[in-house]
Amino acid sequence: MPAVAPAEFPPPFDSNDVIGPPTDAPEDRIEVGVAIVGGGPAGLACANKLLQLLEDEPELTEKLGEVPVAVIEKGKVAGAHLLSGANMKPSAMEELFPDLPKEDWPVYQEVEKDAVYVLTKNKAFPLKPPPPGFKNHGNYVTSVAKLGRFLGEKAEEAGAYILSETAATKLLVEDRIVKGVRSGDRGRGKEGEELANFEPGSDVVAKATVLAEGTVGHLTYAAYDYFDMHGADPMRWELGVKEVWEVKEPLDRVIHTMGWPLRKSPRFNEFGGTFIYPMGEDKICIGLVVGLDYTDATFSCHDALQLIKTHPFIAKLIEGGKRVAWGAKTIPSGGYFAMPKRLAVPGMMVAGDAASMVNIPTLKGVHYAMHAGMYAAETIVEALKKDPDSVNFEAYDERVRKSMIEKDLKESRNMRQPFSKGFFMGGAIASAMTVTKGNFPGGHWKQEHDSEIEVELGKAADMYVKPDNEVTFNKLDSVFLSGNATRDDAPNHVRIQTHVPREIAQTWVSMCPAQVYEIPEDQLESGTAEVDVHVTASNCVQCGAITAKGGRLTLPEGGDGPLYQET
Amino acid sequence: MKICVLVKEVPDAAVQKRIDPNTMRLDRGGEKNLNPFDTHALEAAMQIKEGGAIPVEEVVAVTMGPSSAVRALHKAVALGADRSVHLSDDALAGSDVCATGYALAKVLESESPDLVLLGQQSDDGECYTIGAVVADHLKMPSLTQVIQIDVSDGKLRCERQAEYGYDTVEIELPAVISVGDAINEPRYPSLKAIMGAKKKPLDSKATGDVGIDAGQVGEGGSKTKVLALNPPPAKEAGEIIEDEDTNETVEKIVAWLDERKLI
Amino acid sequence: MAGILVYALHDDEGNFNKNSLGAISEAAKLAGEVGGEAAALVVGEVADDACASLGNYGAAKVYRAKSVPEGLAQPIIDAMAKVIQEQGFSYALFGGGLLGFEIGAGLTARLGAGVTMEVTAVKVDGGKLIVERPILQDSEVADVGYVSEPGIIIGRLNAFDAKESGGTAEVVDVDVELSEWSSKAKLVQRGEQRGADVNIEDADILVGGGRGLGAKEGFELCEQLADSMGGAVAATRAVVDAGWYPYAAQIGQTGKTVAPKLYLAAGVSGAIQHKVGMQNSENILAINKDPNAPIFEFSDLGVVGDLHKIVPKLTEAIKAKKG
Repeated sequence: MPAVAPAEFPPPFDSNDVIGPPTDAPEDRIEVGVAIVGGGPAGLACANKLLQLLEDEPELTEKLGEVPVAVIEKGKVAGAHLLSGANMKPSAMEELFPDLPKEDWPVYQEVEKDAVYVLTKNKAFPLKPPPPGFKNHGNYVTSVAKLGRFLGEKAEEAGAYILSETAATKLLVEDRIVKGVRSGDRGRGKEGEELANFEPGSDVVAKATVLAEGTVGHLTYAAYDYFDMHGADPMRWELGVKEVWEVKEPLDRVIHTMGWPLRKSPRFNEFGGTFIYPMGEDKICIGLVVGLDYTDATFSCHDALQLIKTHPFIAKLIEGGKRVAWGAKTIPSGGYFAMPKRLAVPGMMVAGDAASMVNIPTLKGVHYAMHAGMYAAETIVEALKKDPDSVNFEAYDERVRKSMIEKDLKESRNMRQPFSKGFFMGGAIASAMTVTKGNFPGGHWKQEHDSEIEVELGKAADMYVKPDNEVTFNKLDSVFLSGNATRDDAPNHVRIQTHVPREIAQTWVSMCPAQVYEIPEDQLESGTAEVDVHVTASNCVQCGAITAKGGRLTLPEGGDGPLYQET
Repeated sequence: MKICVLVKEVPDAAVQKRIDPNTMRLDRGGEKNLNPFDTHALEAAMQIKEGGAIPVEEVVAVTMGPSSAVRALHKAVALGADRSVHLSDDALAGSDVCATGYALAKVLESESPDLVLLGQQSDDGECYTIGAVVADHLKMPSLTQVIQIDVSDGKLRCERQAEYGYDTVEIELPAVISVGDAINEPRYPSLKAIMGAKKKPLDSKATGDVGIDAGQVGEGGSKTKVLALNPPPAKEAGEIIEDEDTNETVEKIVAWLDERKLI
Repeated sequence: MAGILVYALHDDEGNFNKNSLGAISEAAKLAGEVGGEAAALVVGEVADDACASLGNYGAAKVYRAKSVPEGLAQPIIDAMAKVIQEQGFSYALFGGGLLGFEIGAGLTARLGAGVTMEVTAVKVDGGKLIVERPILQDSEVADVGYVSEPGIIIGRLNAFDAKESGGTAEVVDVDVELSEWSSKAKLVQRGEQRGADVNIEDADILVGGGRGLGAKEGFELCEQLADSMGGAVAATRAVVDAGWYPYAAQIGQTGKTVAPKLYLAAGVSGAIQHKVGMQNSENILAINKDPNAPIFEFSDLGVVGDLHKIVPKLTEAIKAKKG
């Protein structure tokens, strides 16, 4: 079968469908001062900073009305949909809560030791010294799910309204000015029909809207289309699958590995590695991150992670332990060139992962997101103080461009790209870039959208192991552990073409960590060029990978999806 | 008519629950949510109010729990309750079914409800029928496992699931009714209702405020005590038969079933 | 205080519920160890010999409250409270089931007593009873003791086995004054069967069908097999999703939870989302052509083979055996 790119089968989705003017009668609209979409590090840092600044601005606070700050979060609580490594740089927490002692931070520990290994099938070779970019001294091992809960509680204490279980499904725009967002309907059936307990969404109108939606920003990307905000390069992503384990022996260092089982040849384009971080005395987390520009349709990040756990070096770390959490999420990896060319349009700003503020070579994004949220807060207060009806937040763009977000991302702007040349070549070039702070080779190494990469049926899956339910587990068991208990008759929020070439169908089937996609059993061996794709949307943990590989993740009803605790 | 709906904040179904080995009590850290069965009770209350067969002046959400339980009350109010009452007191911690039923009855007494509705069971205690305990204290008729309620002439006509099938029972007010999840599909709260919830009146009460004898509640006042926790009995590995001669296989299955008196 | 009083539930024809019989047998065994006798309480106009026959299961005495109606809990609470208090019973034991829960709970309030529900086993320690009950979705078992007497024990369905021991019980009639509120509920109709929505949660035998059935028509096999055994049919989420069977029959994380005496899984993979809904079944028999199906890890009897060949033959064989 010839290789084929998922981009040839674009999803049935039109950005214009999620952008439009308010439709509720004016007296039914919900008025808030600032509407923040997304209860993640960016959105909650913004909310907290806003309320801190508003403490000294009683006049402005009054102008913002009864609900000065509202955070719209689709998960059951802020934190339920958050998943990341993470070794967080402390700068943002220090700035947001300067009087909060580190003992009270929602973190596990300060990183003391770093180690990087290259894995072969049976051995682990330490890379000494660790390559630049892998030094996490002074950073804090954090669970963003916990961080989200912490920041959410702090924001609520300060007076924010956290509207959890609420999806923001439409961007309200009138005369090319962003007026707020519309919350999603609840109580629809599988075919979208209204059930007995149907409750329509509401228009939430605000003086300023901050989109902090995370890795696959539903409204953000639609806004990029509508307002022509796209950056020089298209967005692209890595997929991470992560587990938390209770272990008998505490881990004393942060570990990253490369190499096995990812294949080195540029033909397969398998870029990534594992992270293994200590979480206090009795837990560790282990995850695999892989670029979604791989070419083998049978590659499965979840199964590769299960396989990695059988490697002697890694098996030892979790020996006698118990898996207590599992989750999956994409990481935007387009970096500097994928950032939108404008970060603010009239009435709106974008912050965090959705705006590509992630530095892949150093695996950092949490603190950038928080800083960006704080810049947005500062911009809003400044602008509305001068003129409460202002919709001009361009000062936010300037703040970000002058900050370390711009500086750091620019330095590593080409570092992800070399790995399309394979492990060794890529490693060499990337190292050279690091050492020269991005000046070699300079310029702009153009990237492609992951869905433009052609896929073919290969042999990646031959390596995978049958789950033993002690160390290795299947996808359905893992979805259960994520806390996902979405009702079965929920409407399908996944947009894909459902009759596609076998290679594309298989790509989705293998890629998805939650077993959302399936090829009907009777078509598996039929030998036809094209097959149907069956979607079990209620399994979805909203990682976003489908958006990268030719489909489009839209929003399920508020409250659906995982309930991550410590990821 | 005044309807009181008993609600409870419980660990979310998705949270892996564990018992704290030090206190032998449920570890209540982690996500909490309004007990799903109680949303059915609230919905039943709202349907009675909106049905109009009998005028309902107010629906009051009542809970007994630590300070975090106010979230359950906010949710209850977002779903339509007019106000809420929070019974909270350190003295109540560790109460068993007997003590809890007593305490709830006392706080309900202070409200003089005409109808008490509650969910059939809670996700954490797995105890079922606290309603029946409360009803005896309140000296009211009670029914559990109710899946349909019709109101007429100051009486309730209820259907409930029982061993031998479905019972139809006529019950006089005031009464305590525990509802099963088959009774209705709870509504979703509107954003307006969620945002307005914090503004609705919320009364906090301590044991003294409602005449609870502290000696009858809490760990000291409980009549049962958890003595130990053990893993469940190990299940023996099952037998596996590979079907080669189907007739033989079926014979073996029938013998197996027979042995266990299943046919 | 001594002895154990068991509530004996019966239907309108005077047939006693098997869980009540099991509870009587259990009480007889325990009474032997903690002292006192095992007795039963029966309400309604039940014939002398029927009552006396409870002695066959271990009841030494049967207290009969003729004027107390059956079917609703509160009058029975009045009856049991009176007998427990007058006769000084140390424990009240119920075989499980709806009325058992309601009566036991009411007695908790009436007598200020400790109560434990869903008890799976009872043991003796220092002349006192300690009960075992599973908690946290059966992931742990708690040992619970009673601080005072009487203690109320409500068993999980099928926890106690009825054992015939020969013997008859002495029948004693009691007069019970009903509480004012006990007559405020009136049973208009009892035990209406609703065939169409058979409540699978009550079935003793369930035949669960999954993807392995291949097509909607596969459920005919399940229905025939269930019929032959006097059971009901259940389904996994996947097949309900595909429209092969109604949602009312769905078992699992987002469906119903069941614990029948037998769960026969045909073409069910045993994914955890389904497992959590049926893992407490007393006996699990699985038929699946995939030897790696997760269900074989927790089935009591696993048959690796083609259900389309096995199930019809099994149905015939069972019909033949039953004659």
